[in-house]
Amino acid sequence: MNTLMTRGIQALMVAVLIGAATFAMMRALPGDAAYRIAAGRYGYDNVDTAAADAVRAELGLDGPALPAFLNWLGDLLRLDFGHSLVSGQPVIAEIGHQLGASLSLAAVAVLLSLIMGPPLGILAGLRPGGMLDRVLLVVSTGLKAVPQFLMALILILILSVQLRLLPAAGYGAARHFILPALALALGLAAVNARIARDAMARIGAMPFYSFAQWKGLSPRQTLLRHGLRNVSVPLLTYLGLQFVTLVEGVVVVEAIFGWPGIGHALVHAIFSRDVPMVQGTALCLGLGFVLINAVIDLVTGRIDPRRAA
Amino acid sequence: MKHTLAFLAAALITAALPAMADDTLDVVAQFEIQSPEPSTSGYIFTRMGITETLTNADPQGVLTPGLATEWAASEDGLSWTFTLRDGVRFHDGTAMTAEAVAAALDIARAKPGPLAKTPITAIEATDGAVVVTLSEPFAALPAYLAHFSAQILAPDAYGAEDAGVAAIGTGPYKITELTPPLSLKAEAFGDYWGPAPHVPHVSYSAVSRVETRALMAESGDADFVFGLDPASVARLGLSDTATVHSVAIPRVLLIKVNAGHPALSEPEARQALSLAIDRDGIAKAVLRYPEGATQLFPPSVGDWHNDSLVPLSYNPEKAKELLLGLGWTMGRDGILTRDGERFALTLTTYPDRPELPLVAAVLEQQFRAIGVELTINTTNSSEISAGHADGSLDLGLIARNFGLIPNPVGTILSDYAPAGDWGAMGWQNDEITSLAHSVARGDASASERARITEILQTELPIIPIAWYRQTLAVAKGVEGVVIDPWERTFGLSELKLSQ
Repeated sequence: MNTLMTRGIQALMVAVLIGAATFAMMRALPGDAAYRIAAGRYGYDNVDTAAADAVRAELGLDGPALPAFLNWLGDLLRLDFGHSLVSGQPVIAEIGHQLGASLSLAAVAVLLSLIMGPPLGILAGLRPGGMLDRVLLVVSTGLKAVPQFLMALILILILSVQLRLLPAAGYGAARHFILPALALALGLAAVNARIARDAMARIGAMPFYSFAQWKGLSPRQTLLRHGLRNVSVPLLTYLGLQFVTLVEGVVVVEAIFGWPGIGHALVHAIFSRDVPMVQGTALCLGLGFVLINAVIDLVTGRIDPRRAA
Repeated sequence: MKHTLAFLAAALITAALPAMADDTLDVVAQFEIQSPEPSTSGYIFTRMGITETLTNADPQGVLTPGLATEWAASEDGLSWTFTLRDGVRFHDGTAMTAEAVAAALDIARAKPGPLAKTPITAIEATDGAVVVTLSEPFAALPAYLAHFSAQILAPDAYGAEDAGVAAIGTGPYKITELTPPLSLKAEAFGDYWGPAPHVPHVSYSAVSRVETRALMAESGDADFVFGLDPASVARLGLSDTATVHSVAIPRVLLIKVNAGHPALSEPEARQALSLAIDRDGIAKAVLRYPEGATQLFPPSVGDWHNDSLVPLSYNPEKAKELLLGLGWTMGRDGILTRDGERFALTLTTYPDRPELPLVAAVLEQQFRAIGVELTINTTNSSEISAGHADGSLDLGLIARNFGLIPNPVGTILSDYAPAGDWGAMGWQNDEITSLAHSVARGDASASERARITEILQTELPIIPIAWYRQTLAVAKGVEGVVIDPWERTFGLSELKLSQ
């Protein structure tokens, strides 16, 4: 209960801080917001001073900063995120649509990375210094070193252009998930595998683990009863941190695969100075981070044999 | 565990089956759909055949009937009557009435766009026609009504404050699903007034990265891929899944010059910059076109291309001579100086078109060769407009569309008569202003147009670099592709899928 309270207060502080920071940053950016919004709306063929003036008049952009920020905060308390300055649609509707797309992509990516990384890492950790361990070190270092942008293009070139197995880009059907999720998952799995491997090696070398085997459990039983639960604690904690990597990756990967997600929305909103959209998306991402860490706190608290006892 | 693995394997295999050959034509382009608002995203709806305009244009720029079957001006040129096509229905089943057309046009001209710049004073609905009243004669008016922002939508398409809430048009395709920002789906509209389209379903996806678009064409995921970059075109040329089509369009890569800048106010200085540009080199190396521009208008814009002009050329030695003649002397760092001022300029450009920053980098070297220092500022496209408005712009590298309306006089008027955000700056020529207005009024001949191009060529308020081509890839098996040089339509209703 205490954890939840702390996290709740944290969430509130994050919301206010993110709102203030994005607001201040968007105001501090060089260039006239009315022109940027007009360019976002009408495109480079049609943006001109007349369009910028029309935008300025419509949105009342010349007002002082403080009342505008307090207004936003007040609206936020009433759960009103405002309207996008570019599309005129409610921010909450746009984010709802995009967050769903991003979350499903991120979930598939995390799932894929968990299927690939930890099992290999545990196998390697059971025999530190063995063949698998050494190969895995090279492969995971290599995968982690490849930028997601490049990884995505390599995957498209191999799997969709050469082998014609998967669509190169797009959104809507299940098969559209595989490539972008894989592009994200390979980088995550590379690190997952290392964490699992180190944890397994550490736990495998502990006296209690040797004792379990000594008292007559098979290696398999030892792993299932005394290994996995211990290995999963650092893995889960790390998963919370990976959310940051995931958000970063989602921005790049969504752009390449034409995925209508929140990363894509954030980039476009910043470019065309769409302050309510930037505030809304940043808020969602920030609160998401708090939420995920709260959940992971709760779960690890249950799993960790040292605390559960 | 075994079950899970088997399930995953099955899922992967089913998912991996290539896209089934279907009756949907998948279009991919870079443009994102913001909302059903016609003034911002309307060009996607007209290109996809969802919405239509009163007038259309053929590739030569000759206007053809659209939702209006004919149009004529009164004798004094102050009133135009557009006779509307009979039996046209909107996608919501209502009939296209003269009142609906007049209302749509009135809403359009109250929003930013080309219509707002016309001398229209009133638009009235009469029996089966709309009458447009002008404050001065304006022969180019029918061409303005071909602009996407003048698209005709049903009364129910507009919500509060006349904002577009649904793209209810009259076109051959009717939207079945609109999911901003990236996709829309449409099906053939049963009550369409014209010939029914051959392909029953079309879809549109916005994919912002050009690499991805090219790969979608190559892998066969998209049937119609718009806006390809030079590198991808070379690669796709070897592909067996897609055919590349290309056509010259009235879009010009040019440098907008602030002629009010002390270093750029003499025409000779602008000519020197022009002589420093190796246009053929840029065209071949960056754009992969056979040649650079020799004047503002490409040969494809027949009315405006002027064969008698002395072609723009590359001659850095002559450029240096011209600048010496203006009193510039070479400084120790290889940059010219005059009265203690270095010849240093900022070139502003934007990354929306990926070739612009590349060309800017080449220009930096070519200008340095004659002693002019260039700082490149790649930023938001609106900085060109903003810099024009406050006078802070030195040079702008832009891709200007002279086919905003299917008559280049529209862009000439907004950019050079006397100046405009995307045209002349700190430069004013009364002769060109009066010539352009007389062309727009309709009382000018070929010699007036020739004179306009001659003034632009000698005075160089802007420095042309290259003429664009529109390049797209179409899947093998799709027939009937016609690229519209005016960038108004994808021509989907003409396309056929051969089986």
